[in-house]
Order: sequence, then structure tokens, then C-alpha cells
Amino acid sequence: MLATHLDPLAASWFSLIAIASMLLSFVMLGSRWLKNYLYAFGAQSWLIALLSAMVGYYGHYPELYLIAVLTAFFRGLFLPYLVLRILRRLRVDREIHLSIRPSTSLVIGAGAVVFALIIAYRIANAVGFPQNIVVLALTVMFTMKLVGFLMLSIRYEAISQILGLLVLENGIFLGSQILVPGMPTLIEMVILFDLLVAVACFGVLVRYLMLHVGSTSTLQLKKLVG
Amino acid sequence: MSGTAIAICIILGAPLVAMLLSGVGPRPRVGEIANLCASVLVLIAACPLPFVTAAPLTYWDSYLVVDRLGAWVLLCTALVYFLASVFSVGYMRLMHHPERLPTFYALFAGFAWTMLVVPLMNNIGVFWIAIELTTLVSTFLVGYEREAESMEAAWKYIIVVSAGISLALLGTVLLYWGGSLVLGPTYEMTWQALRDVASRMNPLLLKLGFLLVLVGYGTKVGLAPMHTWLPDAHSEGPAPVSAMLSGALLNSAMLGIVRFLSITDAAHSGGIPRYALIVLGIFSVFIGALFIVRQEGVKRVMAYSSIEHMGILALGFGFGGPLGIAGALYHMLNHSLNKSLMFFGAGNVMRRYGTKEMPAIRGVLREFPVSGVLWLAGAIGITGAPPFATFLSEFMILRAGFADGQAWAAVAMLVLLVVIFVGFLNHFSRMYFEDRPHQPATGPRVNTWGVIPMWLALLPLLVLGVWWPASLMQLFGEVARGLGVSP
Repeated sequence: MLATHLDPLAASWFSLIAIASMLLSFVMLGSRWLKNYLYAFGAQSWLIALLSAMVGYYGHYPELYLIAVLTAFFRGLFLPYLVLRILRRLRVDREIHLSIRPSTSLVIGAGAVVFALIIAYRIANAVGFPQNIVVLALTVMFTMKLVGFLMLSIRYEAISQILGLLVLENGIFLGSQILVPGMPTLIEMVILFDLLVAVACFGVLVRYLMLHVGSTSTLQLKKLVG
Repeated sequence: MSGTAIAICIILGAPLVAMLLSGVGPRPRVGEIANLCASVLVLIAACPLPFVTAAPLTYWDSYLVVDRLGAWVLLCTALVYFLASVFSVGYMRLMHHPERLPTFYALFAGFAWTMLVVPLMNNIGVFWIAIELTTLVSTFLVGYEREAESMEAAWKYIIVVSAGISLALLGTVLLYWGGSLVLGPTYEMTWQALRDVASRMNPLLLKLGFLLVLVGYGTKVGLAPMHTWLPDAHSEGPAPVSAMLSGALLNSAMLGIVRFLSITDAAHSGGIPRYALIVLGIFSVFIGALFIVRQEGVKRVMAYSSIEHMGILALGFGFGGPLGIAGALYHMLNHSLNKSLMFFGAGNVMRRYGTKEMPAIRGVLREFPVSGVLWLAGAIGITGAPPFATFLSEFMILRAGFADGQAWAAVAMLVLLVVIFVGFLNHFSRMYFEDRPHQPATGPRVNTWGVIPMWLALLPLLVLGVWWPASLMQLFGEVARGLGVSP
């Protein structure tokens, strides 16, 4: 496995990028401005693209350069642009109803990191690779998963829910670049494409929500119960 | 080209052509006819597949696989696609916006295509993508009626399911990682490759991966407690869409769980995976029973019944053994037929009475002398009463439970099934035999196109309930062997 025989410089670069993207998901968690989410998401995607390129360089996987370019373009530019367009059209710029204050959700998020770290330790030890970089990759992957779910459950604006989903997948992307850089390229490309389709679908759906429900706050969606 | 390859080409080609024709066709009729033709072709091509496939065949750089299990799910999907296509000819003409019918048929064919692709996927990553695609296409069918309720259902559906199956992606990545520690960094992530390597994989990673996949695809299957999207999505779309969602889509997601289960089986990784499946199954049947009893919406009852039946399928596969697998596979077919019938009947009744609420639906037999009887027979079948085939399959699963030493689960299932029987037929007896004064039913009536598929669904159920073809039993035995279960 690549992560087990990295030179120290590469390992520290990978760690730095992983930690920085985790922090960016906390930026999303702590803010109530939708544009901040979006910028943080864009930055996170660029970091992941950078990570792909570096893994490609240090691990000699030339196809990862392609993935890096595609990630930067699709997730770093095109997706944020699509979401930004939806934001402009809807004229919503912040979460109005929050079930938990941003500060509280940050604390919960910190708890999620600790939880993820414990799980990651156990897995890394069981697999027999207790190196820092493996533990870190697993931690960041699980943390971003948990933070994504947290965002999905405490945010009501439709756009924040889309971004929550995207954070879920960013986490998996980041972790898989470090843990399984050899994963067939085709799969990653199709998953990227799939995300694009997903966001396009979300865009259409949000417009319908606006048209037929009259709001994009999912708090309004409470007709169907039981 | 071999016969199987031609069949695959038809199955994957016909719905695409239908989608194109419906999209560009000048009139809704084009879509109707194209869809109908495509579904007939697909059904003809899919029918012999489970029986003629001996060893798994791979095509197209081994991205496609045809094995007995996948072909069986494919057959169920093709059946429901055919029935729903016939039904939608009659039903969709009653909808208010004829100008949107071409879109409907294009989406409908596209949805069928994505579901037909799923059982053929050999690569685990592509399988995940195919499942995600079914969600993306069907969301627009769920929201097709564009009322506030259907938009809400569509939104809930896409958010809950996408979030859920992202867990399956995480599980897939962990399993790939586990495999890469044995096989080296790059390998083809096929079902067979993982099955072969499973026994050498780290057991913790394998179990964790399976549980994540179970929760992820379980969301799509509608296993409780991840079922929250299902009653809304199944009740708010047009009736043919509900039939496809319930009768076909849930099976394809279940297929993923079954294939992953066979991977953990190959590693002999103890009881945890099976136990988790059994617990989710029992909980789903429990939730189904609870909500069926106190439900008011006619399609919501059917939706909760789908949760129940998916729970039963999970139990069948969870008990395992030749008996459990045969029962579950048989139940898959029976549920597909029966649930389609139930949604068709519900659609007809809803149009006529102009409401989804069961308390406002009274005197069904007076309004529907023929299709009313079919619907009632279907209701008896769906609760698992003889002489219908669902009785046989549920009985087999129960026996498998006792044989597997999970008597507590089998007994719990039996008790809950009785509750569901009473609750379900209570609703129907009120709708049929209670003659409270009601507003006269003035809505449009579905023509023969809406009744034929009900016959087509009910007759096989009845026939399979009293006569069990030996070739089916043999097929189920072969599938069980393919999953690594020796008789």
C-alpha cells in the first residue's frame, strides 16, 4: 500500500491537506451564510484535487493527474457555479431557521472528530497499519461523513442539504485517494460524472420546490407524515 | 453472438429506443406504443434468461455479468415494467396534463432502463452508480404530478436515499481497500474477485464494509428504520410509477445486499452480517404492521406493505440455506406481481373517487364489479393467505427460520403477519362492504387497459400458488449453490 512507504515529506503534505479539508468542513458547519458554505466546499474540492495530483506524483499513478484535473474542474468550479446560480435565482443567502446554534454544532462536530479518531485507530490497528497517515485518512473520511450527516439534519435550506450531501462524498473521495489510489480510474470518473448529474437534478428540483411549494426551506415540507 | 448476448442487447437497447422515441415523438401516443413495444421485447428477452444461464457469463470487458440470481431479478423487473406499461396506457390518459405525457414516457422508459442495468453490473463501483442513477431518474417520476405533496415526496426521496447510499459507497471503498491489501493496489472490483479474496481479507474490515453497505442499500430497499422516504415516494407518484418503485426497484437494491452477503459468507465471518439482516427484517415487518393498521391513505397502506415485504425478503436471505433463499427468491416474484396489482387497483379507485383517503372510498364493488374483485383477491394475496403464491413463499421463509435455529424471528414474523392480515383486510372490508352514505364517485373510469394488467398479475399468482413448476425449484437450488450454499 502506498501509504505505508511514503517519504516523510509526502506524508506531511498529505496530512496537511487532509486536515485542512477537515477544517473547511467545520467552516461550513459553523457558518450560516450559504455563500460561505459554497466557498468552503469549492476550496475543499481544490484541496482534494491537489491531493490526487500529489498521490499521483508520489505513487506513480499517472491517471490520477487526470482525476485531479477533473476534480478541480467539476467539483471545484462547475458544481459551485451551478449551486451559485441556483442561489442567485432564489435570492436566499442564509439559513434563517437553525435548530442548533452554529457554536453548538461546532462542539458536536468536535465530538464527531473524536469518535471518528477512535474508530480509525481501531481499524488501522486491526488491519496492521498503525501509521499516522492511515489513521488520519480514515479519521478525516469518517469525520466528513459525520459532519455531512450533521449538516443534513440541522440545516433546513434546500441548498445546504445539497452541500451536505456533497460533503459526504468529498470525505469518501479524500479518504479513497490516500487509501486506495489504485482504484480503477473509470470508476472515479463515472462517480464524478454521476455527481454532476445529481446536482443538475437537484437544481431542477429546487426550482420546482420554489414554484410549487413556494419556498426552498425544507421546514415547509411537512404535509406527509405517518 | 450467442443467444444470451442478443437478449442482453435487447434488454439494454429497447428501453433506450423507447426513451428517445417518447422524447422526440410528436404525440403522446408515440410514447405509449414505444414503451409498450419495448416492455414486451424486454420481457420476451428476459423470460428464458434465468433458466438457460448455466455458469455466470461476462460481457464487455467483464463489466456486464449474467448469472442466475441477476437474471431472476431482471425477470421480475421486466415483468413489472411490462405490467406497468400496459397499465399506464389506460391510466395516464386520465391525467390532467396531456402535453407532459411524452416527458412521462421518456422518464418511464429511462427509469426502466436504469433498473434493468442494475442486475447486470459486475463491477461493484458501477453497481453503486447504477443504483444512484435509478434514484435520479425516478425522483422526477415521483414528483411528476407537481403538487406540493409530490414535490415534498421527491425531495425527501432524493435526499434520504442519496445520503443513505453514500454509506454504501463508503462501505464499497473499505471493501476495496481490504481487497487491495491482499491483491495489490489495482484489481478489477468484481463480485467474484471479492468473493474469492474474502477469506483472506481482514475480518474487521469485511464486517464493517458489509454493515455500511447493508445500511446504505438498505435505505434504498426501504428496510426500517431507513424507510422514511418510502411511504411518501410510493404514494405520491402516479400509480404505474408506484408499481415500478415497489415491485422492481426495491428488488434491485436487495440484490446488492444479497451479493455482498454472499461475499461475507465466503469468508465465514460469523453470524453478525446475517444477524444484522434478520434484525432489520424483523424491524421492517414490525414497522409495516404498526403503520398498516392505522393508515388512512390507500397508497400509503400499499407502501407500508412494501416495507413489510422487503422485511420478509431480508428475513429469507438472512435465514439463508437452500430453503430461505428459495423462499426469498420466490417471494420476490410474488411480491412484484402482487404489489403491481395492488397499486393498479389503488390507482383506479383513486381516480374514480378523486381521493387518496380510504374513509372516503366506500362501496368499491358497486363501482368496480370486475376489477374490484381482482383487487380484493390481490389484497388477500398480499397478506400471505392461501391459495396465492405469496402464502407458499412466506411459509417457506418461516420454515427456513425454524431450520436455521432463529425460531424467535420466525415466531415474531408469524405474529406480525397475523396483525398485518387483520389490519389490511379490515381496511378492505370497510372499503368494500361498509355502506355509509358517501359522495357519489364522479371521477373518470379507467378503460380496459387498466384492468388487463390486473388479470395478468393475478392469474400467475393463483397458478403459482397451487402448482409449483419443478424448473423453478431447480433454478432456486442453482442460485443457492451460486451463492455458496450447499443443499
